[in-house]
Amino acid sequence: MSKSFSAIGQAAQGEEIDREAFTPGIEPQATWCPGCGDFSVLKALKGAMPEVGRTPDETLLVTGIGCSGKLNSYFESYGMHSIHGRSLPIARAAKLANPGLEVIAAGGDGDGYGIGGNHFMHTARENHDMTYIVFNNEIFGLTKGQTSPTSPKGHESKTQPHGSAKDPIRPLSLALTSGASYIARTAAVNPRQATEILTEAIEHDGFAHVDFLTQCPTWNKDAKQYVPYTDVQDSEEFDFDVHDRQEAAEMMHETEDKLYEGEVLTGRFYIDEERRSYGEEKRSTGEMSEEPLAERYFDAEADWERSYDLLDAHK
Amino acid sequence: MTGEELIWRIAGGSGDGIDSTSQNFTKALMRTGLDVFTHRHYPSRIRGGHTYVEVRAADHAVKSRGDGYDFLLALGDSFARNPQDGEAYYGNEEVKPLTENLDELREGGVIVYDEGLLDTDEVEDFDERVEENDWHVYPLDLRSLAREHGREIMRNTAGVAATAALIDMDTEIFEELMADTMSGEMLETNVEVLEEAHAEVSEMEFTHDLEVPTGSHNEEQVLLNGSHSVAYGAIDEGCRFIAGYPMTPWTDVFTIMTQHLPSIGGISEQVEDEIAAASLAIGASHAGVKAMSGSSGGGFALMSEPLGLAEMTETPLVLVEAMRAGPSTGMPTKPEQGDLEHILYTSQGDSNRVVFAPGTVAEAYEQSREAFRVAYEYQIPVVIVIDQKLSGELASVPASHFDREPNPDLGSVLSEEEIAEAPHHASGTFNRFRHDPEDGVSPRSIPGQKDGRFLATGNEHTPQGHIEESPDNRVAQVDRRTRKLESIRSDLDDKEHSNQTYYGPEDAEHGILVWGSQQGSVEEAVDRLNEQGESVKMLGVSDLMPYPKEDVTAFLESVDECLVVEMNITAQFRGLTQKELGRFGEKMSSLLKYNGNPFEPAEVVEGFDIQVNGGDEPPTAQTRIEPAAGD
Ligand SMILES: Cc1ncc(C[n+]2csc(CCOP(=O)(O)OP(=O)(O)O)c2C)c(N)n1
Ligand code: SF4
Repeated sequence: MSKSFSAIGQAAQGEEIDREAFTPGIEPQATWCPGCGDFSVLKALKGAMPEVGRTPDETLLVTGIGCSGKLNSYFESYGMHSIHGRSLPIARAAKLANPGLEVIAAGGDGDGYGIGGNHFMHTARENHDMTYIVFNNEIFGLTKGQTSPTSPKGHESKTQPHGSAKDPIRPLSLALTSGASYIARTAAVNPRQATEILTEAIEHDGFAHVDFLTQCPTWNKDAKQYVPYTDVQDSEEFDFDVHDRQEAAEMMHETEDKLYEGEVLTGRFYIDEERRSYGEEKRSTGEMSEEPLAERYFDAEADWERSYDLLDAHK
Repeated sequence: MTGEELIWRIAGGSGDGIDSTSQNFTKALMRTGLDVFTHRHYPSRIRGGHTYVEVRAADHAVKSRGDGYDFLLALGDSFARNPQDGEAYYGNEEVKPLTENLDELREGGVIVYDEGLLDTDEVEDFDERVEENDWHVYPLDLRSLAREHGREIMRNTAGVAATAALIDMDTEIFEELMADTMSGEMLETNVEVLEEAHAEVSEMEFTHDLEVPTGSHNEEQVLLNGSHSVAYGAIDEGCRFIAGYPMTPWTDVFTIMTQHLPSIGGISEQVEDEIAAASLAIGASHAGVKAMSGSSGGGFALMSEPLGLAEMTETPLVLVEAMRAGPSTGMPTKPEQGDLEHILYTSQGDSNRVVFAPGTVAEAYEQSREAFRVAYEYQIPVVIVIDQKLSGELASVPASHFDREPNPDLGSVLSEEEIAEAPHHASGTFNRFRHDPEDGVSPRSIPGQKDGRFLATGNEHTPQGHIEESPDNRVAQVDRRTRKLESIRSDLDDKEHSNQTYYGPEDAEHGILVWGSQQGSVEEAVDRLNEQGESVKMLGVSDLMPYPKEDVTAFLESVDECLVVEMNITAQFRGLTQKELGRFGEKMSSLLKYNGNPFEPAEVVEGFDIQVNGGDEPPTAQTRIEPAAGD
């Protein structure tokens, strides 16, 4: 079988990319409810891609399980709709295997902060060059409205009939202490900011975490996502340096407290442009080759070492 | 006994360097032209605790540890020592290398012990036993010898030198081996200890008649274990990505791969858990790289969901399951074959996978290559099953066995030109999961390739990869995925060389069925039984799924009765055979062992004797007979 492989990252050069290229030609099987906040993420993402300049063929979208995981059905690209909570390890490896791909992972708050919490922590720690969008609707949508790790304390649901005794998780702070190098929060109600933030996140060279506040009109009628919010970058009231870890930490703390008091703060909370991505670290120590591994399989001239060369030590 | 084979056992505390010393000794024997095989026994402790390694060398093929041994080098006590002052800080097992090891020492055997550390007065009835068994005892102050010419830790070297002198081997070969791994002062002092100890012992008067056998290979040999074989098979087949999380004994494959991959353009990732590990392998494979992961029982349990994802998304995936005794964390350093059903049936739904269980160190290489070939050609997960025994035992294998061409071919992947011509949906989407391929394999594209976009989803999906639950689509997709197993079976059947191993006279009356790491012991048992006038042959089954129905049916039809040998209590492989073939229940009985030690050939011989000549007493207290159904 003769094989050729497009030099990844080259295909888009000079080409105008239309957001419509990211709309599948096939109607997705109806999954999202009318009015669902997930449509806003889709819209913002489709808006960001032409800004970034990537084609659907160069993009890999990996999702977990949940309503949020259905993003793949509405978004045209290479995709993997995987298993609950595991989008990050899959996405991570794809990026290491082929650094030329634009890798985006997405999932819900249950998916990302609950079952996948361990992977979230470690992917941020390693600072993989990829974007992670968490659809934070403070509820388990797909399984019909159970309390999620971001539901407020006291939240009542069929699985927490006495009201949740747990404080919600603090995703921004968690991302920061774990090592993410770009951390932002945006919300469905402001498509302009959402598109800008996703564009920045995708362009960022390192692990970009975007906590995307979405509404679930079906199961979470009290979501604050309907509440008008403040963009911390636009407001006079908040003055902090997004490149300063300490200031960012304090700002996130305030943001996470305020959310449950009914005041929604969004914007960029931490940006570290200095920290090298994991792939770069591995390449710089020689642990990983400069040449994208995936492309080697399509290179007829590539040298393939065989075990025979390793046998000397066994003689 | 002299001349034919030598079984040498080195015993001491774990952390004493028993492993590396025995490896060097084994290599030295191999370099003299002998076939070698090792057996490792070690406790689940980091330091301290009794450990030994047995090295068997002969002028003919050696396939198991054998029964008993001829030469004991009791190196030290089993105290966990404080590395600073050399004083024991826990444990009270001072004479263990002597007490623990004497039962299996053969008549006429040799004992060398370090009288600097051990005292035979503390061993019960030592002198009587020595006399009874005609053992030849050489107390040597290895500790002082090592201290005098180098450092105390070089007791190992002194012990090896003493062994060499006692069995009439030159030191030259050991010096060469040392020079391969050490240099400078370290090398010089070790060589000095070696030579001094050799000279000193050579002057002693020997009472035994043990000597090193002579052998000559007609081709170059290499010394390696099952983990090396699996890793090298993977490398030769183009695998360049591994992700894992440590768990004994899988860690060996993982570390060997990690040691080599970066220098040959590959990637190794130690990750947060086994779910992540298998998921990474899926991500890399989806992105167009040959990838693997693996674990041992508990970690493999965590991989069950990613395994299902690989099946559903038809992402090629190779996993290694290096079994140890379970359930739960069980016995981390002891072999058992108890995970078979777990491996065959884990994951939800009607799921398909391929399972290979190599029987020997050499086979592990070929079957590892096959695992990658099948996984990438048929887009299916393949599990390579080994166990604690096969993963760690060292055996000599002709070097030519490994001299194969590398195969980086990704299997059923389309080129961009082929994608352009391949069927697409009216919307322009590539038909990744077409219903129609007869062999079940619908070729894939790789992210980044032009116009090959598709969605790989763990949900049931249309040919384009979109989620779809309609009955017709469901049936078409399930049928197609299931067809792959039939195609794989006929592919494997058509091959010139079967993965199954036949051993013994073709027209034998009786059969023994075995799978995985116990094959070597059974082959030796078959030889002995036939020498004793019995008529026995063996079939070592390596393809566990899809099951080699034709091969096993023909074998079972050709014998009167059959003993099935495996290391678990529930006779899992016999159960699988009965389920797959739907008959032969009355022909098969089981010989089972689950005490943490592999079968020795003598146990198989005895088990066979009971099956054929009657009786239901287990051959030894440590094994168990499960009679044929309907008996
Ligand atoms: C291993 C596993 N456990 C549980 C489930 C069931 N499940 C599917 S989605 C989901 C929660 C989804 O909630 P969230 O991640 O917040 O996403 P949303 O649906 O709100 O977008 C659960 C528990 C599953 N599919 N897999
Ligand atoms: S259940 Fe909630 S999250 Fe799911 S699609 Fe409906 S509105 Fe959206």
